[in-house]
Amino acid sequence: MRLWLIAKMLLHPLRWAQDRIDAWVMARVKRQPGPIAIPRGRVYIVPTRFGYVFAFMLLVMLLGAMNYSNSMAFLLSFLLAGIGLLCMHHTHANLANLQLRAGVISPVFAGDTAHVEIRIDNPSAQQRLSIGLSWPRQDVSMTAMADIAALQGETRSLPLPAARRGWLRAGVFSVSTEYPLGLFHAWTWAELDIATLVFPRPATPGRVPPGSAGQGSLEASNRVGQDEFSGLRSYQRGDTARAIHWKSLPKSPQPMVKQFQETLDQDLWLEWNTLAHLDHEARLSQLTRWVLDADTLHRRYGLRLPGTVIAPGQGEAHRFQCLKALALFDA
Amino acid sequence: MSMSERGLNDYLPVATLLRMLAVLLLILAPHASHLPVWESALIVALLSWRGMAARRQWRMPPRILRAALVFAALGGVYASFGHVSGQTAGTALLCLMAALKLVELRERRDVMVMVFLMYFLLITHFFYSQEIWTAIYLLASCVAITALLIECQHLGALSPRQTLRKAGVMVAQALPLMLMMFILFPRIPGPLWGLPSDAGAAARSGLSDSMSPGDIAALIQSDAVAFRVRFEGAAPPPDQRYWRGPVFDHFDGRTWKHGWTPPRALSADAVRYEGAAVRYELTLEPTRMPWLLALDLPQARDLPPDSQLDDDGELLARHPVNERVRYTLTSYPHYLLEPELDVRERERLTSLPKGRDPRAVALARGWKAQGLSDPAIVATALQMIRRQNFVYTLRPPALGTDSIDEFLFDTRRGFCEHYSSSFTFLMRAAGIPARVVTGYLGGELNELGGYYIVSQSDAHAWSEVWYGGSWHRVDPTAAVAPERVERGLDAAIGSGEGLPAYLARRTAWRDAVKLRWDWLNARWNGLVLGYGPELQQRFLERFGLDDLRSMILALTVLLTTSMSIVGLLLLRRAAPARSADRALREWQRLQHRLAARGYVQRGDEGPRDFVARVLGERPDWRAPLQTAADLYLQTRYLQAPDAGLLTALQQAVRAARLPA
Repeated sequence: MRLWLIAKMLLHPLRWAQDRIDAWVMARVKRQPGPIAIPRGRVYIVPTRFGYVFAFMLLVMLLGAMNYSNSMAFLLSFLLAGIGLLCMHHTHANLANLQLRAGVISPVFAGDTAHVEIRIDNPSAQQRLSIGLSWPRQDVSMTAMADIAALQGETRSLPLPAARRGWLRAGVFSVSTEYPLGLFHAWTWAELDIATLVFPRPATPGRVPPGSAGQGSLEASNRVGQDEFSGLRSYQRGDTARAIHWKSLPKSPQPMVKQFQETLDQDLWLEWNTLAHLDHEARLSQLTRWVLDADTLHRRYGLRLPGTVIAPGQGEAHRFQCLKALALFDA
Repeated sequence: MSMSERGLNDYLPVATLLRMLAVLLLILAPHASHLPVWESALIVALLSWRGMAARRQWRMPPRILRAALVFAALGGVYASFGHVSGQTAGTALLCLMAALKLVELRERRDVMVMVFLMYFLLITHFFYSQEIWTAIYLLASCVAITALLIECQHLGALSPRQTLRKAGVMVAQALPLMLMMFILFPRIPGPLWGLPSDAGAAARSGLSDSMSPGDIAALIQSDAVAFRVRFEGAAPPPDQRYWRGPVFDHFDGRTWKHGWTPPRALSADAVRYEGAAVRYELTLEPTRMPWLLALDLPQARDLPPDSQLDDDGELLARHPVNERVRYTLTSYPHYLLEPELDVRERERLTSLPKGRDPRAVALARGWKAQGLSDPAIVATALQMIRRQNFVYTLRPPALGTDSIDEFLFDTRRGFCEHYSSSFTFLMRAAGIPARVVTGYLGGELNELGGYYIVSQSDAHAWSEVWYGGSWHRVDPTAAVAPERVERGLDAAIGSGEGLPAYLARRTAWRDAVKLRWDWLNARWNGLVLGYGPELQQRFLERFGLDDLRSMILALTVLLTTSMSIVGLLLLRRAAPARSADRALREWQRLQHRLAARGYVQRGDEGPRDFVARVLGERPDWRAPLQTAADLYLQTRYLQAPDAGLLTALQQAVRAARLPA
């Protein structure tokens, strides 16, 4: 690891230096609720590859002018040098004073890609062209470009892969531009207080909620007279063997019996406990799948997790509440 | 969001490509005059093909074909020029490579490369011409190329108006920087690594290193400037304005040439200057010849660097004059040259081709036989030209083998080279050492600039004969057409004698325009093109910038200052615009003050909610904040807010200090 770093330092001193600077700057980027105005002091600027080529070309032209003592060649070289120098200010001013705001971000399921919307406002009377938004160290082709007219705003979204359930922070992003001549790259880092929920990845469909066990699929369970588990009680003579809670048998002095309450409504309970044979994340995935399925079928459903019980309900808000509980579940 | 909004690594819009082709055409077009025809045709073909390919979505040719094209181009340039380096061949190759780059061009980044190539191609024009119009061409091309570069930095085509405007603004802003660098960037004399043999402007018409019948008459057809002279003090009278150029002392029956003897410096005791000196500054246009024109005869002690006055009285530079040169000379119209001629010199200067022009030889020998002195023979010959019906014309009939005989006895129509050549011949035949001198006679005063313009149409040839211990200038043309000396060519040539069109068309108005234009050109040449190490030093000394360090320091300070000014102006334009709504401006001022303390109005909050939230956290701000917020809400939502309300708001905001 260390060796690799030394090799990088020697082979790409510029890139190495750039990375160090980026790391230093990024460690100091404050997360802000927004809007963030880009102060001119925070606009960093370096020549691009084309900027260096341009400078080299100017040097060759200047040497040619000197060799031939050619006044017009001197004039051209100096005019281009002037344009190159001014380009720095133009590029800098193209970025300065823009305002960044968080846009809408929708929750996603783990494994999907969240789209982080960022709104760029141009409070000045000067049109800003070719403003790029990107995550750090991203390929150029992944940069979202925007032109922002005077006193207008534009919204662009950046794709953010959501790997794991829970809260997903957008993190530091860069706003950059190379307009007008592409000789300089001006950029700044910013972090808006953007976060979204990532729900557990839904399990593959197929498994049926145990509450409707023996009655086929979720659809088939859609009838009156459903048993609902309500708790355990001591064994009494006459209880069926099927009702005995075998799992607790070794732990308790006497056998326990699962108590079912005959309910008249269609409430479906999605239970953490019924998936004991699966690991944590798989259980959450399965519950997510059931929540989605139940929601699709317009069933009333409740969710019971260790430490959290969500009473049966229906609709968008209810679904969100269940999914949120699953996303943030911490056993 | 569509995919087209991502990144700048995409394929080119057709509009951008067509615009690029147009700019490339603009950059390449002036080269057409010095490119081989096949190359110009190939370039036009490549440009048209690329335009069609873009419109019709044709495929680019495979890599192997592209490589073959590049090699064919190299071969073609080599075949045309014999080499691929040097100024002309190098330019030809660069033009061709730019056109060939089109064959593989499809992405935005390729256009960036193309743009740099075009900037570079622009510089090659100035090795061919640096006239005033090239400055306008430079600016226009720079704007066009920069507009193209701007378009490359944007997804999708921008409107040409927009890019040209931006490019125009950038070029205009860069102009002062250009001037500062032009004036203050330290100039180093001389070439850094030597010039290619074909460097400099294209060959121009001018005096050559030999003189045959018809040569000078041909030169007269050009109205190009040969040189410009500024006299210190009064100009010498017209009959003393003989500008001495190449001197020829060898005749082969038709052509006068330089003898085989290498030029030797004129020894100090071989010349005695008499009378008043004339001091002047001469700016010679490039001739590609070593002769420096000088008023007959320059003072040998005070010559321009790298030049010498040889024993023929020619002022020779060490290198051919490939660029405009300016030098100051002192001349004496009266002088005694070469008091002694040794036998060998005498023999050389009286030698004639054997068996040619028998009638002329017989005539001259007859004069000698009569016992006439040398000056008397000169007078007799001039008398003959004056008396017999010789005609001064630009349309002399063609002459055969014995050209002197035919001219003197048959046609009697000729231009100055005929007269000087025949006269010199007669003198030599009479045993008097004589030679032909070519140069210019006269010059036109440009009153605007206070200098004289000597054009190719002032080209002239005369004779020099040696007797009585010195060379004497004899102008036989003056014998046939005295007006030539006093009033110039157009006064001396009769109508129908082939006066060049530009001289025949002369009117006062045309002359005035021409003189003004020449003055402008002279200023341009002097101030811009002639701005080298010497002029820079002379100019900057006036400001106390006499060494390299102070020049660089001044340049740095000036550049930094002007860059900062432009930077500040740009940032001011990029600053948040002031709203036209005064009430809103006051509210924004308050918002700003709160934001500095960490209270930012959220998008879902109105002013009332926002202030309520802030006051919830900072009850101590109630007094200043609540008043201002209430006043703002009133101006905003009251049916008819009056001016007094606005003033009250202003005062409230100004008074709203927020204690820590």
